[in-house]
Amino acid sequence: MLKKLVNGSRVKSPWLIHLDCSSCNGCDIEVLACLTPLYDVERFGILNVGNPKHADLLVVTGTVNHRNQKVLENIYDQMPEPKVVVAVGACGCSGGVFRDSFNVVGGVDKVIPVDAYVPGCAPKPEAIIDGIVLALEKLAEKGKRVDQGIFERLVGTRQAITSR
Amino acid sequence: MNMENLATVALAVLLSPLLGGVVAGLDRKITARLQGRYGPPILQSFYDVFKLIGKERMIVNPWQILCAYVYLVAAMLTVVLLALQSDLLLVFFVLAVGGVFLVIGALAAPSPYSQVGAQRELIQMLTYEPLLILVFVSIYLVTGSYKISEILKFQEPLLIPLALMYIVLGYALTIKLRKSPFDISTSHHAHQEIVKGVLTEYSGPYLAIIEVAHWYETVFILGICALFWHTNPVGALVLVGLTYLAEIVVDNICARLTWRWMLGYVWSTGLLLSFANYTWIYVR
Repeated sequence: MLKKLVNGSRVKSPWLIHLDCSSCNGCDIEVLACLTPLYDVERFGILNVGNPKHADLLVVTGTVNHRNQKVLENIYDQMPEPKVVVAVGACGCSGGVFRDSFNVVGGVDKVIPVDAYVPGCAPKPEAIIDGIVLALEKLAEKGKRVDQGIFERLVGTRQAITSR
Repeated sequence: MNMENLATVALAVLLSPLLGGVVAGLDRKITARLQGRYGPPILQSFYDVFKLIGKERMIVNPWQILCAYVYLVAAMLTVVLLALQSDLLLVFFVLAVGGVFLVIGALAAPSPYSQVGAQRELIQMLTYEPLLILVFVSIYLVTGSYKISEILKFQEPLLIPLALMYIVLGYALTIKLRKSPFDISTSHHAHQEIVKGVLTEYSGPYLAIIEVAHWYETVFILGICALFWHTNPVGALVLVGLTYLAEIVVDNICARLTWRWMLGYVWSTGLLLSFANYTWIYVR
């Protein structure tokens, strides 16, 4: 009963944190446009929080380079499970036009696992909302896996990593 | 303790979070409408809390767990004591204990956002607690008792002799409900200059506990407001509804103040209004 309530609520209340990995700010403006009265993603319970510890959804824009790679990893690690990642924009998906640059690592998926990709330069707010809804389906699946004791295994993995 | 009291306690403990959650949901809906948005469903606060319960436990310091639970128990106790028509001063001290534990939990984590938020929360408490005491003392001066059961026997609504004190209570209410312009330690709005202030390091189930505790506190404060028109249940309901609506409007039209402004503004206005009302009590 409680598990069902919790799993149902996960999809209804995704709090997202937005990270800008050296984007040109085009995608960031489109992400923020989703919060305006026109699109109002709070209808779906989506809040744009500033704290990775409260977030369920990580929305990343821009190319990952050797500098902000660690920041991205750090923010991802700080988010409690279950969590999903959405890469927004051509740069976030693959590195975009900066792909072959000497200081660029590539898309977000080179560093952390990505659950949904939103292509475009810059993608429309509608496309971003579509991508987030796609990620929410993944979040529901992950939530079900959580009930099978994934937390306990995760704690073991974390301790193994820290003791290394 | 007889059966009747037991039933009151059970009702207060079970119904308050439901009421508080719905109030929080209505609050978000009305806020969204005031901003020209559609807004989340009324039950959104419950979805949030259930989701947070299902999240991974991530804490920096084990003391945070204790602090979150003490904050919840203290908030529950204030509502229970109010429902049992106990002593106002006792209720006040229990409220203060809960607030202090929230701050201790935030100070237990080394994050600068959490630390700054905790310091600001302390300043908020410093600001509203004297005013709250003044309100309770004024109730005593008029009715002759701190016991809520005695206050309820008073003939006319307290709003008539204590109209200005109700405004003072409104200031305390705004701070306690974390509404602009006094939401400096943490805010209901997702983004703030110090991330999430005092709540930054509470996450997952512990944030859910604090959220539920906040619902209890909301119910408690609205209960205190209802005390000002205890003679008529409809009057009390109208008073509480109008007060909360005013809070939402103020929240939406005000910018956040700095702590110096908050302290100076609330104390000067609050003390002045209290002085005027105390004089009025003696003159009357």
